[in-house]
Amino acid sequence: MNQNGSEQKHYIDQYLREDRMPHIWCPGCGLGSILHCFLSSLIKSGIDMDKVVVVSGIGCTGRAAGYVKLDSFHTTHGRAIPFATGLKIANPELQVVVFSGDGDLIAIGGNHLIHAARRNIDMTVICVNNFNYGMTGGQLGPTTPLGARTQTSPIGNYERPFSLPYLAAASGAVYVARWTSMHVRRLEQTITEALLKRGFRFIEVIAPCPTTYGRRNRQPTGLDQMRYYRENSIIRHGADPKDVDIDLNGKIIVGKFIDIERPTYSDLLDEVMQRAFGTELPKDDTSKEEATVVGSAPK
Amino acid sequence: MSRRGPLVGEFFMNGDIACAEGGISAGCRFFAGYPITPATEVAERMSSRLPEVGGIYIQMEDELASMNAILGASWAGVKAMTATSGPGFSLMMENLGLGIMLETPCVLVNIQRAGPSTGLPTLTGQGDMMQARWGSHGCYGIIALSPTSPQECYQHTIKAFNLSEKYRIPVLVMADEIVGHMGEKVVIPPPEDIPLTPRRKPTVSPEEYLPYKPDADLIPPMANAGEGYRFHVTGLTHDERGYPVMTAEAQDRLVRRLVDKIEKNKADIIEIEEDGIDGADVVVCSYGISARVSQFAVERARDEGIKVGMLRLVTVWPFPEETIRKIAKRIKAFVVPEINCGQIALEVERCAGGAANTILVPHMGGSAHRPETIIDAIRRAVR
Repeated sequence: MNQNGSEQKHYIDQYLREDRMPHIWCPGCGLGSILHCFLSSLIKSGIDMDKVVVVSGIGCTGRAAGYVKLDSFHTTHGRAIPFATGLKIANPELQVVVFSGDGDLIAIGGNHLIHAARRNIDMTVICVNNFNYGMTGGQLGPTTPLGARTQTSPIGNYERPFSLPYLAAASGAVYVARWTSMHVRRLEQTITEALLKRGFRFIEVIAPCPTTYGRRNRQPTGLDQMRYYRENSIIRHGADPKDVDIDLNGKIIVGKFIDIERPTYSDLLDEVMQRAFGTELPKDDTSKEEATVVGSAPK
Repeated sequence: MSRRGPLVGEFFMNGDIACAEGGISAGCRFFAGYPITPATEVAERMSSRLPEVGGIYIQMEDELASMNAILGASWAGVKAMTATSGPGFSLMMENLGLGIMLETPCVLVNIQRAGPSTGLPTLTGQGDMMQARWGSHGCYGIIALSPTSPQECYQHTIKAFNLSEKYRIPVLVMADEIVGHMGEKVVIPPPEDIPLTPRRKPTVSPEEYLPYKPDADLIPPMANAGEGYRFHVTGLTHDERGYPVMTAEAQDRLVRRLVDKIEKNKADIIEIEEDGIDGADVVVCSYGISARVSQFAVERARDEGIKVGMLRLVTVWPFPEETIRKIAKRIKAFVVPEINCGQIALEVERCAGGAANTILVPHMGGSAHRPETIIDAIRRAVR
């Protein structure tokens, strides 16, 4: 409904499950803007929406899969990437996007992240980082800055956090970028660019979590956190990922850090198959369609 | 390198390799796994065979990832399996639950070794039978088969794929180290003689499609990713649309169906073998390698004049409750040899309901029973 009271659809509405609104995200949360950027990027990229598959793990960000009107999977905690790996390499036609949070992808799913990056599986990972476990009430995680107060670091965090661009780049990601949820236009451009690239693409998006993180760390509202991003973000494209650590309420280096070419998992598989058998990947002699017919059998 | 399609003919192979060949014959074209004794040969065989038939082998970083990757592949429309043993089976429990909740066809082979923990990696056990039934958290129905030979490893893997497609559920092939590593003749029929169960596809338009609206037999048709249905599925408790619903009513409706789709189709799923049960005083009930030793013991006991029957559980889960109940009324006792400290024996005892005794013949693992141990138990049972 617009101001004049007439029904007017927003251009991304067709890709949202309106029957699932309102969403669960808190006032001031960054996830709404990031999901908007993602859907907008999908439209701009011109990718066939029937081939897009969104895979999420568990957590506030993990709920994104349930709000998009696309093939989407809300999997188990930390396991979005291996699930997506199976989807992508079983059907290379799919455009696979993992949309999940820092606790999900970096803590419980950290091992899967580094291995998918190492294999250069063809997928885009959008990792929303709010520095804590929001859904369970704000506990410390692997991205919580040193000194930050959370429900499980009440006197201040004394664990060194991961710098996600550094982790992704070191593991083999071919595209690594970071923005905050304030940088909506730049984020949209970055996601569009990433969607059109091949290989393991990793985008970190810093997002406010006023409810469980901000209010314990002198940024009690979403607006305070947005103001912090505006005043402290430094755009530095091509920055060395090892120099982009984030200190508590400190500067945030944003931009596109890595954009390189490297053969994907499927490229290397095809190459080896060709060398072994002298042809392209052999046509499946019991193709999926045939295999679903009673009595059909391998030739 | 030359390329072979599915094999046809008579082969000498072990149970692990037979599981892999069963997968190939069933149309499995995706295997994700992690090396683990004594199941590694399944992965090794798949890594050489799948490329030959246009399939994909991927070695994942662990068993959590392996289980997830086969779920993803299945949703991409490709038949998928994994194979593991004890410690890996434990790790797979998390996403076995996801497979059950999302109703994802796939096959999980467990070449059991003795536990707990690292236990006896190279030696046999049957200690994962209850884990197969209840290992993932929550309530659900499950299907598990128990092969006694390489030939059955081959056949059970095909049967597992067919059941998994029919009932939209991960199916477990619960072999063990002895069967997995035993070399025997395996007969592989020509492809046209191997019936394959198709995936039930939606018959409605994408607009009308509800991913969890079941047909009359409680099984919902399944769209694959990328086919234009634009569905959402979740491990959360959900309604027919696949949307999360956090109420006791939604939980009741969903979980009851997940249980009932197996329970109410038990007659179709359960396969047992009976031998000489009519007129028997004692029935030996066993499965897998233990059933093979039991058969030998039963024949020796018959030589002594003991009226003893044999009930072999080809399908262990769902459990043949009705069969046990009926037999219990006509005999003195069940003898249950198994390579654990009493798992299936508990089920037999429960179903016998006091009408017949249940005598467990336990074995802590590392080898099969000596037939004499089982014969002694049979003798005790008729006394």
